[in-house]
Amino acid sequence: MNIYILLKQVPGTSDVKMDEETGTMIRTDRRNVINPLDENALAEAIRLKRALSDVEVTAISMGPPHAQRALREAIALGADKAILLSHKGFGGSDTLATSKALAKALLTSVNGRLGKNDLILCGERATDGETGQVGPMVAAILDIPVITFVRKITLEDYLLTAERVVEEGLELIKTPLPALVTVIKDINQPEFPTLAGKLNAKSREIPIFSPDDLGISNNEVGLRGSPTRVVKIFKPKLSRDVIMHQQDSSGAAVDNLISFLEKRGAI
Amino acid sequence: MYKGVMVIGEQRGGKLHPVTYELLARGRVLADKLSEELSCVILGYGMEQFAEEIIQRGADIVYIVDNPTLKNFLPLLYTRVLTKLTQEVKPGIVLAAATTQGRTIMPLVAAKLDTGLTADCTELDIDLKDKSLLQTRPAIGGNVMATIKTPVSRPQMATVRPKSTKPLPVNKGKEGKVILKDYETNLFSTCEEFLGFIKDTTQDVNVQDADIVVSGGKGLKTRDGFCMIEDLASLINAAVGATRDAVDLGWIEYPHQIGLSGKTVSPKLYIAIGLSGSVQHLAGMQTSETIVAINKDKDAQIFKVADYGIVGDLFEIVPELIEKLKNKKEGKDSLQKRSEIYDKV
Ligand SMILES: Cc1cc2nc3c(=O)[nH]c(=O)nc-3n(C[C@H](O)[C@H](O)[C@H](O)COP(=O)(O)OP(=O)(O)OC[C@H]3O[C@@H](n4cnc5c(N)ncnc54)[C@H](O)[C@@H]3O)c2cc1C
Ligand SMILES: Nc1ncnc2c1ncn2[C@@H]1O[C@H](COP(=O)(O)O)[C@@H](O)[C@H]1O
Repeated sequence: MNIYILLKQVPGTSDVKMDEETGTMIRTDRRNVINPLDENALAEAIRLKRALSDVEVTAISMGPPHAQRALREAIALGADKAILLSHKGFGGSDTLATSKALAKALLTSVNGRLGKNDLILCGERATDGETGQVGPMVAAILDIPVITFVRKITLEDYLLTAERVVEEGLELIKTPLPALVTVIKDINQPEFPTLAGKLNAKSREIPIFSPDDLGISNNEVGLRGSPTRVVKIFKPKLSRDVIMHQQDSSGAAVDNLISFLEKRGAI
Repeated sequence: MYKGVMVIGEQRGGKLHPVTYELLARGRVLADKLSEELSCVILGYGMEQFAEEIIQRGADIVYIVDNPTLKNFLPLLYTRVLTKLTQEVKPGIVLAAATTQGRTIMPLVAAKLDTGLTADCTELDIDLKDKSLLQTRPAIGGNVMATIKTPVSRPQMATVRPKSTKPLPVNKGKEGKVILKDYETNLFSTCEEFLGFIKDTTQDVNVQDADIVVSGGKGLKTRDGFCMIEDLASLINAAVGATRDAVDLGWIEYPHQIGLSGKTVSPKLYIAIGLSGSVQHLAGMQTSETIVAINKDKDAQIFKVADYGIVGDLFEIVPELIEKLKNKKEGKDSLQKRSEIYDKV
């Protein structure tokens, strides 16, 4: 069987700071990383590969040419193959356009058509867009079952059982393959790449596909294929009119807090 | 022509979830601005009993699809029914809650309808120039807000962050239409199987549903220190939240993590104790109605979003706060006052 990981390269967010004046991001750290939940998706694929026989793991990403680095890292982490969708025609794609491109790649990719026993794994959401829409949209376009917010996967006789974390607990859902699953952090603890993995990744070519290669018309992807438009970006009003108290031995800070909360009807 | 505002109501375990009323409040404002009708869709089994209150909370039309197979949320099945219904009704705007259900069903339906979808909006408005929907959401980890439009495709679809608006009060006099929708049986067959639901007993109060959240960070120093957060929370009937660092240190489980890679909450009151207020944490809580912060560092970022801040040692402040709240709770007057406040809410 084939397991496909949809993997996105995102900006390393640990050092993102805001320019208070202009409302823009100051990225002290220019590194890009694999979207953290996509690392979980990849780790899950590798776990399944170890547990089952005859599994090939392919990472697919759409992004700028330098997203090759994230894919190479995926190979270092144990993916067998990786492909990148990269072309200026893809630029400006919203979640629907992105999903169309990824779905098309899954249908026509190097492995041939999506097989009847294949599994697609995604992160539940990406740290940059934070939409969590791409996984389900890809599934809808492919017309296959999807299970979201998954923290445990069991595969038996090409039937997939998943534990889905919802607001009040866990749901257990069963579905045949092919299916798409979006994973949350709880599913596993990703490992670090091995030296051998890193060496293997270094020499690997990552094939790059354009809309033409995939047989997608230019109207379906990029800005033209995107039904949504960002019309305004602004800085949220972060600061509130904070009342500050220094704690001292008088107890006034806590007394005032309690009466403040009572006045607001908060407690 | 695409016309009207439709909200996708949410049921869990056969009960209508109150987030539906929040959606109706959102939808009502938009429908009034457009002078169009507000409809609400409910998928489930035995849901007709809720139609009246849905109308009293703002809907003009309630569509109910009642079928035993719809008792539990199954994505493929729900998608098929909702896609069919929206194709028939042709609403200009479709809203659902940004819950695990809404965030799953909406991208599925949007892709089927080949239209745009904006996730997790905190503000919605109508651009009166072209009568289109203005969808505003936090972007880049809450660092900026982005306003998004769907210029051409219809319907315009958005998920709305729970707790970002208040339900309308019940209006007993309001009238509306209830339409029971039925479809041929093969629409309700699916390869998905719902095996069961296990309630999470570790969470007495779901952080996303709670009116008050008390959160702790690395400043609590140890698991024992973190117990203070739990004590304070249980005293004021609050849910417990935490930063990623507190979760990673094993002081509390992941479902309690608030922030970019955890949950988003917007309670009436958020009390942040011994946490610095990283952008990732703020992304999950800064829309809370009232924010209180306790931190020994007067320059901590958390004070930037707080309404009330105490600079000092939490190991002195929190026990004092617990003590004083306990005394208050025991006093009869304040008990009465609390119940009055609750009645109003
Ligand atoms: C991709 C990504 C996603 C992330 N997602 C999340 C997320 O979802 N949620 C999240 O919370 N974080 C997240 N983080 C981590 C985030 O960047 C911070 O590291 C984290 O929020 C810090 O946790 P903290 O405030 O508990 O710890 P710290 O930043 O160490 O803050 C501890 C605070 O306690 C105060 N303190 C210490 N002792 C006392 C005392 N005795 N009395 C009073 N105050 C005291 C200190 O002054 C300090 O401000 C994410 C990071 C990345 C890179
Ligand atoms: N450009 C992309 N390339 C590959 N996978 C993606 C891309 N965008 C999103 N995904 C996948 O979809 C998930 C959700 O992303 P998002 O909808 O952007 O929050 C991610 O965790 C990835 O698994």
